[in-house]
Amino acid sequence: MSDPVLIIPCSGIGKSFGTISREVTYYVVEVLKKDETDTLCLSLLVMGDKDAVRSVKSHRCIAVDGCPNECSKKNLEFFNAKVAANYRVVDILRENRNLKPSAVTFLDEDGRKLAGILAEKIALKVDELNHKGVVS
Amino acid sequence: MSTPKIGVVSCSGECCVEGTISRIATRLVLEKLRPDNTVTICLPLFSIGEKGERMFAKNFPTIAVDGCEKRCAKNAIEKYSGKTACSLVVSDLLKKWGINNPSPRRELNEEGIEAALKVAEEIVVAMDEIFTR
Repeated sequence: MSDPVLIIPCSGIGKSFGTISREVTYYVVEVLKKDETDTLCLSLLVMGDKDAVRSVKSHRCIAVDGCPNECSKKNLEFFNAKVAANYRVVDILRENRNLKPSAVTFLDEDGRKLAGILAEKIALKVDELNHKGVVS
Repeated sequence: MSTPKIGVVSCSGECCVEGTISRIATRLVLEKLRPDNTVTICLPLFSIGEKGERMFAKNFPTIAVDGCEKRCAKNAIEKYSGKTACSLVVSDLLKKWGINNPSPRRELNEEGIEAALKVAEEIVVAMDEIFTR
């Protein structure tokens, strides 16, 4: 993997949205775009770890946030990362009002469905980035 | 008298299964083992300057639950709020218990869930100890 797109979730712990952001990331990184993407620990970046900062500055990043606080996006911007795109689980929920995720510790079926929808969207974005170059 | 609270802060590290275990263990304490005494805090929210979360960690005891020896949760609490009351590192606990490669990071298998439950029990022991100080 020469230039992976980094998918970075907020992994918020208080609501199902954070758990969904995490599942979205693993689905993209381990299944949909295994050879084109990677992730890193947001908490490591938050603490200013040199390798993590270098990594987000040198690779295109996609922030996946659960809620409007946008912790992933804001932390990436704080460290001058190359943010190519950002997504919020709450926005996808608004577009899919029939889904009502509620479990936090272990995702329920609606949470998984929502994660699948957002993961597909991000996979398309990765295709776009890899065919059309960096969006800055 | 109000119920005493302790903040349990997990690193939730995405890179390794220990981060997933730290997260699930924290949720198990919050949901099942000590729901009345536990508050959890989003680490990334805490670090971007959310006042409520920082104030909580300043005024109440906190337990950091980190996946690895980098101890991001402990370091974040101590950087932004104050000294942690206790710091647990999942990789150290797994080593002590002789658990190797417990589970995939995305979704814990049976062994991973069992490990998370053991970590949750360690958190509860730490909470009880803090309450008796």
